[in-house]
Amino acid sequence: MDTDVFMECKVLKLVHDGDGRIAGCVAYWRPTGEFVTFQAKTVIIATGGVGKSWKFTSNSWEGTGDGHAMALWAGAKLIDMECIQFHPTGMVWPNSVRGLLVTESVRGDGGVLRNSENQRFMFNYVPEMFRAETADTEEEGDRWYDDHSAGRRPPELLPRDEVARAINTEVKAGRGTPHGGVYLDIASRRTPEFIRRRLPSMYHQFMELAGVDITREPMEIGPTCHYIMGGVQVIADTAATAVPGLFAAGEAAGGMHGANRLGGNSLSDLVVFGRRAGMGAAEYIEAGDVATSFDMAEAEAAVQEALAPFDRATGENPYDIQRDLQDMMQALVGIIRTGPELEEAKGKLEEFNERVHNISVKGGRAYNPGWNLATDLPSMLTVSRSTALAASLRKESRGGHTREDYPNPDPEFAKFNFALTSEGGNWDSPITATESPLLPMPDELKALLEEAH
Amino acid sequence: MADVTMRVWRGDATGGDFENYTLSQNEGEVVLDVIHRIQATEAPDLACRWNCKAGKCGSCSAEINGKPRLMCMTRMDQLPDGPVTVAPMKTFPIIRDLVTDVSFNFEMAKRVPALLPPPMPEGGYRMFQQDVERGQEFRKCIECFMCQDVCHVIRDHEENKVHYAGPRFFIRYAELEMHPLDTNDRRELIREEMGLGYCNITKCCTEVCPEHIHITDNAIIPLKERVVDADYDPVAWLGRKIRRRTKKSAADAAIQPAP
Repeated sequence: MDTDVFMECKVLKLVHDGDGRIAGCVAYWRPTGEFVTFQAKTVIIATGGVGKSWKFTSNSWEGTGDGHAMALWAGAKLIDMECIQFHPTGMVWPNSVRGLLVTESVRGDGGVLRNSENQRFMFNYVPEMFRAETADTEEEGDRWYDDHSAGRRPPELLPRDEVARAINTEVKAGRGTPHGGVYLDIASRRTPEFIRRRLPSMYHQFMELAGVDITREPMEIGPTCHYIMGGVQVIADTAATAVPGLFAAGEAAGGMHGANRLGGNSLSDLVVFGRRAGMGAAEYIEAGDVATSFDMAEAEAAVQEALAPFDRATGENPYDIQRDLQDMMQALVGIIRTGPELEEAKGKLEEFNERVHNISVKGGRAYNPGWNLATDLPSMLTVSRSTALAASLRKESRGGHTREDYPNPDPEFAKFNFALTSEGGNWDSPITATESPLLPMPDELKALLEEAH
Repeated sequence: MADVTMRVWRGDATGGDFENYTLSQNEGEVVLDVIHRIQATEAPDLACRWNCKAGKCGSCSAEINGKPRLMCMTRMDQLPDGPVTVAPMKTFPIIRDLVTDVSFNFEMAKRVPALLPPPMPEGGYRMFQQDVERGQEFRKCIECFMCQDVCHVIRDHEENKVHYAGPRFFIRYAELEMHPLDTNDRRELIREEMGLGYCNITKCCTEVCPEHIHITDNAIIPLKERVVDADYDPVAWLGRKIRRRTKKSAADAAIQPAP
């Protein structure tokens, strides 16, 4: 494949032509700090997730939601931004790796969850919807691992949001571990050889980072921000957004996984919709109605904005803002949300906007991580504001979105997504929400579902 | 816990020096955590590469107390008391502070001739499990390039970089050469252009590998045997003479360009 990869080149903003079509982007090279523009007939956003706005996340440090934010600024719509998946099993200790993912296979291979009273508490959290397919007793659940027809699934394997909420509840009730998680125990259930053969990287990860031998001791785990179901609204067949020439695929695109993604489906999403985005972009180019110019003023404005923190002799350290933002989002827009806390978060996010306007950066432009973080914060704030807004509007609980004040799904809310747009196209512009009706299910999918039942 | 002094190399291609940062210690921290705390407080412009914090991405390689280590997998409580020195990898050109330009490795990667399987037989390819496992060890490589950093052939002799692939790529060549479905023959290339002969088996690469790949024993030595066999084995030489080179020697075998 004749593909160039530009490493350590960070895109700051998308650029249009004179008629609102996408014409490329403006970026900077991290090693030198020099700016660069890319002129392109199409842009496909495939930037992954947004987890870095939360304190505990399994996402990379680059999961700052730049793609989500840039698409919104460029005129695309974001949907389902309230739907965020907290994976039930992240490491909770040592602090430095808090959030790091512990694979679902630990539970798939026989690992069970226990609280500080040594109870397999998940049996107390089986919702009505899953009762028929979930084991009633530990014995029945244990039979399932060897023979799926000999028993029903153990409740540790309920959907991720159910397990994450149960862990959250146990810890809040005072039945957590010393570091504020619960125990994930495979040591008492499988032989050391089995564990080392089936879960070599988990064995390695706990041994080297926590000094815990998972063949002998349980792991301490807790929920971690893992995946955003929401993202750029696209046409499913072409991955096209509302902006001509702009496409999105993968975690950055919204709508594919509804309100909660099932384990393993992200990979299929990438393969199918990544291809569709590529074909959609190629068709767009072939149709010929592509950008005819490149709005250099738009690119220059982004450059000026990126450089502004160097001109402020006094101001805030971007690392302080990042830490405070993560603490606030974890506390107020986390796994379980309430109306008053979301309103409080929205107010605080306005204050964060002011603080980002006052960032001061030390040092030069070449490979300066403080400056790079200063260019991440506008995206992180845009994403945080989007999530807080949509979460406050969705007065129900559904999938990854849980409202303590509205604990059940509401059929009225099942009829639409909240679609967000930016009024002004800057990172600090107001964001507004409209109800975007759900598309009717295509007949061929309906037929498939009926066949399955 | 007592405070710790970190001696961190600061500078760029024009020069630099170690700077001291003294800060508190927290339980369970790795070197990368301490570097991050320096960034968040005293030196927001301290450059370092990192990503996964789990020893899987190979980004945060540095020389800690003089030895190549992953910063994210080096626990502070396992280092000896006293100041901790953190320097960039010496073998690669400095970009800034702890960040180096490792593009030498990407250039070497481009020069590796690809796997060339025979046409697919009816019913698909078949491999023995042992053959799968042999290559699997080399697939564990996370490309931290610490084996390249510690290898004296290029660490101390910049001029060798033009004709020496280094341990990271010797395991790649070994994997391909040992692959039962591969019909490509890279032995001449490995000898003439990739400089396998420069390696004198000091095993420094094996010692620093965070994935514990037996680079020297399982890749470089078997590869040396294959390469030497192809050229110097007198029986094979005689065989080629007698059979009038009906079987291709390594030198004759076509090397397919990388994809």
